[in-house]
Amino acid sequence: MAKYEYTEMKDTRSGFGDGLLEAGKRNENVVALCADLTGSLKMNAFKDAFPDRFIQAGIAEANMMGVAAGLTIGGKIPFTGTFANFSTGRVYDQIRQSIAYSNKNVKIAASHAGLTLGEDGATHQILEDIGLMKMLPGMVVINPCDYEQTKAATIAIAEYEGPVYLRFGRPKWPVFTPKNQKFEIGKAVTFQEGNDVTIIATGHCVWESLKAAEDLEAEGLSVEVINIHTIKPLDNEAILKSAAKTGRVVTAEEHQMNGGLGDAVAQLLSRNNPTPMEFVAVNDSFGESGKPEELFEKYGLGKSSIIEAVKRVMKR
Amino acid sequence: MASIQELENTASQVRRDIVRMVHAVNSGHPGGSLGCADYFTALYFEIMDHSIDFKMNGENEDLCFLSNGHISPVWYSVLARSGYFPIPELKTFRKIDSRLQGHPTTHEGLPGIRIASGSLGQGMSAAVGAAIAKKMNGDNKTVFCLHGDGELQEGQIWEAAMFAAHNKVDNLICTVDYNKRQIDGDTDDVLSLGDLRAKFEAFGWDVMEMDGNNMEATVNGLKAAKAKTGNGQPICILMKTEMGAGVDFMMGSHKWHGVAPNDEQLADALGQLAETAGDY
Repeated sequence: MAKYEYTEMKDTRSGFGDGLLEAGKRNENVVALCADLTGSLKMNAFKDAFPDRFIQAGIAEANMMGVAAGLTIGGKIPFTGTFANFSTGRVYDQIRQSIAYSNKNVKIAASHAGLTLGEDGATHQILEDIGLMKMLPGMVVINPCDYEQTKAATIAIAEYEGPVYLRFGRPKWPVFTPKNQKFEIGKAVTFQEGNDVTIIATGHCVWESLKAAEDLEAEGLSVEVINIHTIKPLDNEAILKSAAKTGRVVTAEEHQMNGGLGDAVAQLLSRNNPTPMEFVAVNDSFGESGKPEELFEKYGLGKSSIIEAVKRVMKR
Repeated sequence: MASIQELENTASQVRRDIVRMVHAVNSGHPGGSLGCADYFTALYFEIMDHSIDFKMNGENEDLCFLSNGHISPVWYSVLARSGYFPIPELKTFRKIDSRLQGHPTTHEGLPGIRIASGSLGQGMSAAVGAAIAKKMNGDNKTVFCLHGDGELQEGQIWEAAMFAAHNKVDNLICTVDYNKRQIDGDTDDVLSLGDLRAKFEAFGWDVMEMDGNNMEATVNGLKAAKAKTGNGQPICILMKTEMGAGVDFMMGSHKWHGVAPNDEQLADALGQLAETAGDY
């Protein structure tokens, strides 16, 4: 019997859509903008429930970011919705000046992040967005791991004052975290405790890490699995505590190795408690068309790659 | 109600502040600032319904945005002279630990500023967002935004222009500082703007023209623009100005866009501008 079971397969973007609707019910100042991807972002329920609080921005993302910044001046809590690529790289200067530097209460909701966007290919598969966003002073960066966590995160960031980047994905993925969970920005979730090695994972790689840990435990290793849903601010305390205990760390993320979660963890550890580390991430490469699971395998993000990384770090 | 003469006197003092500010740090942008001294003076001392007790949300107030943030000296001077912050603080412009950054920002908490600008082309979008928020909040006041003409070369401006017209953002008055000059030369030589009236009209805006270096025309033009709000269209004012207006040797070319006067040039400039409210 497997240690971790999933209840159903569901996309994290639906978690966003359902969370947005709930956030809208809780606070009338929550408004939403979308750049011609309302269906893809699962924003239709919000649009139908609150037509006067939904703004269709058209295929004009730069303007959408600026309008969102302006809306905050009148006390609104705007969520912008488009693909992660167009939520970051395309509008970096708008986010930098009008949102981050201006400290505006904008929630940047970014769907279809990473390789698991799948068949559309590398033009749309951004793998640099976490890095871009975490470099901006004051920006909170969140990458939840399943439908329920994404829904909870969406509700939580509406209640937080300040700019937030919320990253989620397209494919149906195992749902394994509890319904109506409490989401604490900046707080790591420890899925299982162990003594030999710590796997620190974010987003879609969390499920893969849990499955990898199962196999590794069957081989006699004691594996700690920590879910970092908030890459910034990072839960330094939880990471340092676990690394001090196990003495070995593997990070796993659907992102470039440069600039992602692994970088953030390495920086923390090298300054406080240098610890042998391995990185499961895309290694300085663009993606390509394919099925999500095929891409996870080819680009070394899946369960088998995490197991290999753990075995490498155990030899160090 | 200020008289035209009183407003002209204020604008003269604002122009003195501008040249003194950029001279003191040997940096900044006097050309466009001088050109827009009459606009800002009219706006803050006559046209806008605003409170110097600054609140970010500007509820039930007219709002002012500056998209071409490099002409910060004129805005800082007018904000200080209006009472938003102490006039002597103008001395800190562009210096370390100042709230008066090279380009306007909320980051240091300067009263009167609601969003950072400097990287061009972003202000219209923010102004549109603020205007929509006013409508959502049942606040019938007006949002003003100033743009450089060279700035219209940025694509985001036209995204925002299309969006504002589509959404009938009719509580918005965007003014173009139409001096036809930018850093590298005349806009016609750098990247021609073409027929701006026809462009804005084609985008669905109500377009008017105004002499931005004649106080009476500026006041009347802004009043006329305000009277046009609420008619289903955003309003564009093509404001004809002269870069460097008020200082003869700074007029007639683009070269004073971003250059500070030396000691002699400062004395020359101040000789042309009456000190009407006391230098800081």
